Formats: sequence, structure tokens, C-alpha cells
Amino acid sequence: MARAISTRRKLTFTAIGWLVGFVIFFPILWTVITSFKTEGEAIASPPHFLFFDWTLDSYAEVQSRSNYLKHVMNSVIISFGSTFIALLIAIPAAWAMAFSPTKRTKDILMWMLSTKMLPPVGVLVPIYLLYRDWGLLDTRLGLVIVLTMINLPIIVWMLYTYFKEIPGEILEASRMDGASLAKEIIYVLTPMAVPGIASTLLLNIILAWNEAFWTLNLTAANAAPLTAFIASYSSPEGLFWAKLSAASTLAIAPILILGWFSQRQLVRGLTFGAVK
Amino acid sequence: MRLKSLMLGACSLAAMTVWAQAETLTIATVNNGDMVRMQKLSDDFKAKNPGIDLEWVTLEENVLRQRVTTDIATKGGQYDIMTIGTYEVPIWAKQGWLQPLDKLVADDDYDVNDLLPPIRSGLTYEGKLYASPFYGESSFVMYRKDLFEKAGLTMPNAPTWDFIGEAARKLTDKSKEMYGICLRGKAGWGENMALLTAMSNSFGARWFDMDWKPQFDQPEWKATLEYYVNLMKDAGPPGASSNGFNENLALFQSGKCAMWIDATVAASFVSDPKESQVADKVGFALAPDNGLGKRGNWLWAWSLAIPAGSKKTEAAEKFIDWATSQSYTQLVASKDGWLNVPPGTRTSLYETPDYIKVAPFAKATLESINSADPDKPTVKPVPYVGVQFVAIPEFQGLGTAVGQQFSAALAGQITVDQALKNAQQLSVREMTKGGYIK
Repeated sequence: MARAISTRRKLTFTAIGWLVGFVIFFPILWTVITSFKTEGEAIASPPHFLFFDWTLDSYAEVQSRSNYLKHVMNSVIISFGSTFIALLIAIPAAWAMAFSPTKRTKDILMWMLSTKMLPPVGVLVPIYLLYRDWGLLDTRLGLVIVLTMINLPIIVWMLYTYFKEIPGEILEASRMDGASLAKEIIYVLTPMAVPGIASTLLLNIILAWNEAFWTLNLTAANAAPLTAFIASYSSPEGLFWAKLSAASTLAIAPILILGWFSQRQLVRGLTFGAVK
Repeated sequence: MRLKSLMLGACSLAAMTVWAQAETLTIATVNNGDMVRMQKLSDDFKAKNPGIDLEWVTLEENVLRQRVTTDIATKGGQYDIMTIGTYEVPIWAKQGWLQPLDKLVADDDYDVNDLLPPIRSGLTYEGKLYASPFYGESSFVMYRKDLFEKAGLTMPNAPTWDFIGEAARKLTDKSKEMYGICLRGKAGWGENMALLTAMSNSFGARWFDMDWKPQFDQPEWKATLEYYVNLMKDAGPPGASSNGFNENLALFQSGKCAMWIDATVAASFVSDPKESQVADKVGFALAPDNGLGKRGNWLWAWSLAIPAGSKKTEAAEKFIDWATSQSYTQLVASKDGWLNVPPGTRTSLYETPDYIKVAPFAKATLESINSADPDKPTVKPVPYVGVQFVAIPEFQGLGTAVGQQFSAALAGQITVDQALKNAQQLSVREMTKGGYIK
């Protein structure tokens, strides 16, 4: 029998939950509010929360100065492209590690993770030189490749833990019924692991969307995604907070909407595991 | 058959020339008001130069610096024109990374002799101009005329540090959130160290002696840092150790500072009634000195340069000529008014009556720039160039590390003596590693 929880306790926890949620969300809310202010209003002290003249000036300015849609398209291509390619590689890899482990599987997993321990700036110059010679600087393909590499260890790790929870007997049964390896992965394993794969997919799209080191350093004018779009409105000399906020709001809007619609998948995948 | 292939060849040759004519220049620049205006006005350039298209990469200053340095050091060739500062020019020119602007210098329309001498000298290496200044700045004192009058104080045109200290303490009323002086405190070679290095010049200090030996153990540096920390403790705003240009600008614009010593470009921000609550009450004076012959002001110019090995040199030169010549000044004046022309690069601007009329800070800006000497920045001789920086590649890292020590001293986490001792240790280590000293 489940332990009874009093209404009062429920109320307290709900209130605390909302409060914590609000505190975490507040910076984003503040950015959105600031984006509707004038530059003078944005630095007013004490700041005004809601009662000021709302204006779209900053958005108009941002629109006239930069090509927002081009940056969005670049971000979409780079984040979705790199995640899909990484998944194509990671699903078979995680399958192999989860269902036919060898003595060295754990070591390989650790080794893959260790590549994340190197600060990216350490390999900037070598990669820059390679990309220069291969003509990949400032191309979307170049960014897709580098982000695929960067996110691959995380994807393999996440999928590995989901796959581990799927009973190997089910796959064995499908093999008994004569399924080939490809069929086993596509028709038996993947459907069972959908929540896990979906949350991995979403998390990595978000990671790739927000990735700001490689996307800034390997691009110039053509392949620059939204991170470069934001960086173009930040300035240490001169107050452009309203414009910067407008640019940030525009940059996070697509991913916020995507996250909103897929939060059920995301939460389920992150909390429940594969077949529960 | 022969004719046919000949015709085909001719056609493709013609196609190639057309293609080659439609050039795209990629310009890397910072997100400052004047640069944004240049981008907006660049249709004028395109109209005058059909066949040259422009792509802009605008980035925040530190991101831009990292980005263009990577590109130029690896000869990545992503940019045809780079916006760089006075710090980079001598270092990059020495490395052979920049093309000398000989053609511009020879061009009478460009009029190289019109450039302000200190600005020009900061962008010259071994007698050749390597970057063309887009706007220049020094630093000076911005002060509240109304508050000075009320307190019975008169700001001299060229104040001393003693006067600044006295006035700042007199004008401070912490219970009313009124602070006598706002100065940079945020750690960084371009943040607090710009102010403190320039300030130390007026106290007779220097970073290195002629043998590249760090000088933080000398009394001049102690005098500088002690004066700064005590002044800020008595008359500065709370949390000053995290204030940079933007934070101080916000404080000054909302009327909380009686004085602010910072970049001359700030003058047009604080005088803008749309942004500033104190727009009509601001006066300007030269940066303070100590009677030693050097004032505590810096010198900087955002400039346009062409990377060595660029294949679009000719088009790039055309653009630089357009953006940094006198006719660009005229263009801005006719479109956005004289107050918005990029300041601090040319003598002719300061001889234009229309400009002097609308810009109350013009005279002080010109005097500040002219009083800075990047070749002889300090009282005692030094082996380096640069007023508020030392133009060596190691300085970005070293300057920031020392800046962190000084910022900690301002915050009261360590004493002035401790900060100087740490700074000396850091510098000795870095300079030994760099092979400057044994």
C-alpha cells in the first residue's frame, strides 16, 4: 500500500516546485522582458518589471542588421544533421556494447568519454589547419562533422545505458525466429528503445544548438549559426542590452518551442529508462 | 571544330572574368556603435564600386580577437579585412601577417598626413603603415558640472591626481548612493589594466625596465596601486572590482557618479539625452597627472587591416579607403549628423566648425589623443611600445593575470603589497618563459 501523503504536504511541495522552477526560468523571462525595452529603459536602476513602454524597436533593429533566417537555417542543419549522423553510428555501437560485451567494453566506453575531458581549445589549431586544407572552414558540412564527433561519446553512453535495460532474451527470441542482425536492430530493439533514443536525440539537438566554441571558431559569414548571431550583439564598450536580449530571445525561441512540445518524451526518456 | 573550341574557350574566359569581377569581401568587425553605422552606410560603397559585395562578420571584441588571431596565425584566409586594435598591429606586422598599406599612403585623396600623429605612429611598424584607423580614442575625465558647482569646486582643464582625489571624497555621499568617482575594477588586460597601466605612467611607473625586468617591486607601482585602492575605498561605488566600461557607463548615466575616467568615445553616450539622465550636465577634462610629464590617459584605435596573402587586396584597399577617408566623415555627417562621425583619427575633423559646435568633448578628446605617445609612454625609458598595454604577444595573458591580482586588492581580498608581490612573481615567471630574461 502506498504511503498516504497529506494534502498539506502536497501543497507545500507543489509550491516549492513552482518556486524553484520560477527561479530557474527567471533569467530567461528577464531576457524576454528586456528585449521589449528601449536601451535607456534596459539599464534603468531600479529596473522596471512590467510597467514600461513596450516596444519592438530592438527586434526591428536586429532584423535590419542581420539575416536571422540564414542563421536559423544553419543552426537547424548543423544540430539536426550532426545528431542524426551520430545516431546512425551510435545505435550499432551501443548495441554491440550492450548485448555482446567483451572484456574491454568498459575500457572502450571510458576511453570514448575521455575524449570529452580535453578542453576543445587544445585542438583548435590542428583542426583549423586540417579544415583549411580540406576547404571545410565556414561550411555547414565542416560543423556537422565536428559536432558529430563531439557528441558521439555522449550519445553512445546514453544509448548504452538504455539498451542495457532491455532484456537480452527478447533479442535472442527474435534471433530464434530467424531475424537478421539488421532486422533485429530495426524491428525489435529500436521500437523498445524509442523513449531512450528520443530523449538522446532531443538532448543532443539542444547540445549541438547551444554549442558555441566550434560554431564560432570555424565559421565566418556563410555557415554561422545562431551562436554567432548572438555574439554579434554583445559588446564590452557600449550598452546594447535590449538588442542583445532581442537577439537572444530570437535565438532560443526555436529550441524552446521544440523543447516545449517534446518535454513529455524528454522527461520520460530521462527518468524512466527503456522498458518500464 | 577548331573554331568551335576556340569560341568555347573565349566564352569561358569571358565568363571567368565576369565571375572574378563579382568579388565578395568578408569583413570581420566589432560590435561598436561606429562599426554598426559603417555597415548600415556601406550601400554607398557598393553603389560606387559595382562588382564588390560585402559580407559582415560582427563579433564581440574578445571573441573577435580570438577568431581573427586563429585565422591569421594559420593563414586560414577567412577574412579579407580585419578590424584590429593598436595592440595587434605592431605584433602582427612584425610577424609578417599584415600587408603594408603603401598604396593608400601614396594616395593623395587618402591624405595620410591628416591622420593624428599618435594614432598613426601606433599603427606604423618600421616606417610602414599597416592598418588604417577607423576611430581612435584616448581616455579623459568626465564629470558632473552641476555637482561641482554645488560643492564650490572648479575642475581645471588639466587636473592633478591630488585634486581628483580631494574632489571625489568631497562629492561622495554613500547614504544617497552618490559616489565621487567611478573607475574600472574588473580584471582583464583591456579592462582594469588599461586604466591602471595608463594611470601608472603618470605616477612614473613602468611594466619593464630596458632589460625587460618586471618593475612591480618598485615604489612607483606601489604609489599607483595604493592611491587607486584608497580612492576607490573612500569614494567609489560598492562592488567596484566587478565594474568594467559598461557598468560604469550605466552608473554615470543614471547620475550616481560625480566623475568617471574612461574612454573618450563614452562622451557621445553620456551626452545623448535619449540614453543618459545627465546628458546636459557633463563636463570634460584631461586625464590627471602628477606633474611628472605624463598624463594617465591611454591610446587606442580600431583600425582596418588586410591579412598578408589575401587574394582580394585591391578590392580591400578600395573599401578601407572608403571607410577611413574624409569623405566617409562627410557621408556620416550628412546622414546621421556630426555628433555621430567616428572620432579621433584625423586632424581635419577637429578643424571642422560644424563638428566643434555639436561636440563639446571635441577639444578634450583631441588634446588627450595628442598627449599620448605610444613610442615613449612612460617617464623612464622602456623597451616596448604601447601606452596602456605592452605590445608583446605575452601581454594578453600576463596583463589579465596581473589584473586579477589588482582586482583582488581592490576587493580587499589581499593587501596592496601582496598584490604587487604576486604580480612581480607572475611577470618574472612569464618573462623568463618567454625568453626575455634569464
